[in-house]
Amino acid sequence: MPVNIKELSGKEDRLTGGHRLCAGCGASIAVRQILLAIDKPVVVANATGCLEVATTIYPYTAWKTPWIHSAFENAAATISGVEAAYQSLKRQGKITDDDIAFLAFGGDGGTYDIGFQSLSGAMERNHNILYICYDNEAYMNTGIQRSSATPLGAWTTTTPVGKVRPGKVGGKKDIVASIAEQGAMYVAQASISNFRDLIEKVRKAVSIDGATFINVLSPCPRGWRTDTSDTVNIARLAVDTCYWPLYEVENGKWKINYTPRQKLPVTEYLKPQGRFAHLFRPENQHILEEIQEWVDSKWDLLQKKAQLFQ
Amino acid sequence: MKTKNFIALEGNQAVALAMKQIDPDVVAAYPITPQTEIVQVFSEYVANGNVHTEFVTVESEHSALSACIGSSAAGARVMTATSSQGLALMWEMLYIASGARLPIVMTVVNRALSSPINIHCDHSDAMGARDSGWIQLWSETAQEAYDNLIQAIKIAESINLPVMVNMDGFITSHAEEMLEPLEDEDVKKFIGEYKPIRSLLDVEHPFTVGPLALQDSYFEFKRSQAEAYKKVVPAVREAAEGFAKITGRKYDLFETYKLEDAEMGIIVLNSTAGTAKEVVDRLREDGKKVGLLKPRLFRPLPVEDLKKTLSHLKVIGVMDRADTFGGFGGPLFGDTRSVLYDVEHRPIIVDYIYGLGGRDVTMDQIYKVFEDLDFINRTGRVESLISYIGIRE
Repeated sequence: MPVNIKELSGKEDRLTGGHRLCAGCGASIAVRQILLAIDKPVVVANATGCLEVATTIYPYTAWKTPWIHSAFENAAATISGVEAAYQSLKRQGKITDDDIAFLAFGGDGGTYDIGFQSLSGAMERNHNILYICYDNEAYMNTGIQRSSATPLGAWTTTTPVGKVRPGKVGGKKDIVASIAEQGAMYVAQASISNFRDLIEKVRKAVSIDGATFINVLSPCPRGWRTDTSDTVNIARLAVDTCYWPLYEVENGKWKINYTPRQKLPVTEYLKPQGRFAHLFRPENQHILEEIQEWVDSKWDLLQKKAQLFQ
Repeated sequence: MKTKNFIALEGNQAVALAMKQIDPDVVAAYPITPQTEIVQVFSEYVANGNVHTEFVTVESEHSALSACIGSSAAGARVMTATSSQGLALMWEMLYIASGARLPIVMTVVNRALSSPINIHCDHSDAMGARDSGWIQLWSETAQEAYDNLIQAIKIAESINLPVMVNMDGFITSHAEEMLEPLEDEDVKKFIGEYKPIRSLLDVEHPFTVGPLALQDSYFEFKRSQAEAYKKVVPAVREAAEGFAKITGRKYDLFETYKLEDAEMGIIVLNSTAGTAKEVVDRLREDGKKVGLLKPRLFRPLPVEDLKKTLSHLKVIGVMDRADTFGGFGGPLFGDTRSVLYDVEHRPIIVDYIYGLGGRDVTMDQIYKVFEDLDFINRTGRVESLISYIGIRE
């Protein structure tokens, strides 16, 4: 079914307004798009993080779906339990509800770092769940500390730009490849800038009877030092520079979902972001070159993987 | 007693059997010595279709309890089991389970905490969780562990609080014992069907579990949680009454043994109580006024009942199979002193830390404890308030 934005805009938002996420927050854009994409009832587990603290300040909740938060590192295990209860109660005829989609949301800290084991376990057990990582490339909720999703050279409060260190040393963990290679049924990378692609991926993931994972680039104006009105544009630049390629791995088959007509230099993506400002000083030119090389080699490898399955 | 129903089982097998009869909707568990056999035996029940349980073989104890929390919030009857480091890894989630008022039931096969690593019995694991909001039941024998587990379901679900049932690692978990299990039907009838107040799976009535509660509401949440523990003693007694009706086996908040007219008593948890009762018997033959109290409900601490039962004693020897490093004696010692602080003729209370890391507890050691108590009773002199017994020093 083709994605029709007019139709989607008429649907009820299951993450309502009035929550306390920042203006221009990529995470809330991602969550709203994802919930709009799914037609059946959903149950959500949420890792500790911005999305969780800003949407459920007691006695309020912004969620019009059943929702659970238990801790930081265990959204995948928690939703595993919810799904296991569903399987058990349904099998025993104790519930007769329709098909429910079981979703987990975690930021990159709760997914790449502290929640990685729990995520890997849930994927391996192949619960019928969809885990969404809203990747904003640092611990934003605690105040912009580096995570293993933080890219090379980025400024964060724990990778400050000092006299001898120019931001983060070392690159970003490739979590999509990790989860794909461990054998998950469906793994994809998407961006809030390309909503059709994101919605199609969510619909596909939810239709699969098994554990699925989607990594969504969700810019954070506070942490990235960008204008709140630029969130979607920045995400689009990440895609058009191939810093954040849109692709999916279904049953081990790699597929690129979008190839930019003209692959832009990565500096186009880095330039508008305050967290990379120091890289544009002459002495850090080599870091920019290193990032470009990384983007090129990852894109090249991705194309080769996709060619294998053409 | 219908002796024909007795069978020989190890403690772990007895627990697994109770779990089979309870037939929980979800079990999420991870293997750890000496709990492993529970998971193994239960896996066979799952593999053979003896239970309806969805068995989630998680990748850690942290995920075990996290999955239990998710399942319980989704309206399922949920069980797990662990030991030692596994319980330590669950620690964060213990508080979340009780704070969210989820009636999860867990067997803890008591084992020492690292370091140094050790797989044998002491109570440092469960004692480390004594403020976590879990109801704690303790079991001297496999029979008690089995009986406690079945009652725990009823207690947990009647007041929406999680329960942990403790038994001694190896000593109880791996020793074969004659016990009398219930008929499957009796267990089913006793525990009844679980009817959760709310469920995440009720998509027509969405609700939010685990919100952010700040300065304006967190304290009220915790205060109302504290209030809930007042319901535990009646719930434990009600479950025990119902259980006695079908089994003839009587349980209460604690067991007393020849304590009514005693001057000297020891307080001891779990399997060592069995050894100590034998010593009490022999000393009674010699005319010594000795007795014993074995706590069953340790959390919440049944303060008033303990006070009533212990205040006539002149000397109390508390036996602690755990230490509070840098604290003031073992955990049971601190609680006992606190319970008796306000009584008019306060007994002298001394502490004996014993059996750490599975160190054997002999009758000789317990004789020495009573000798010591006798000396204190006669002279009023306490030479060592806190002693370590059965140790090379």
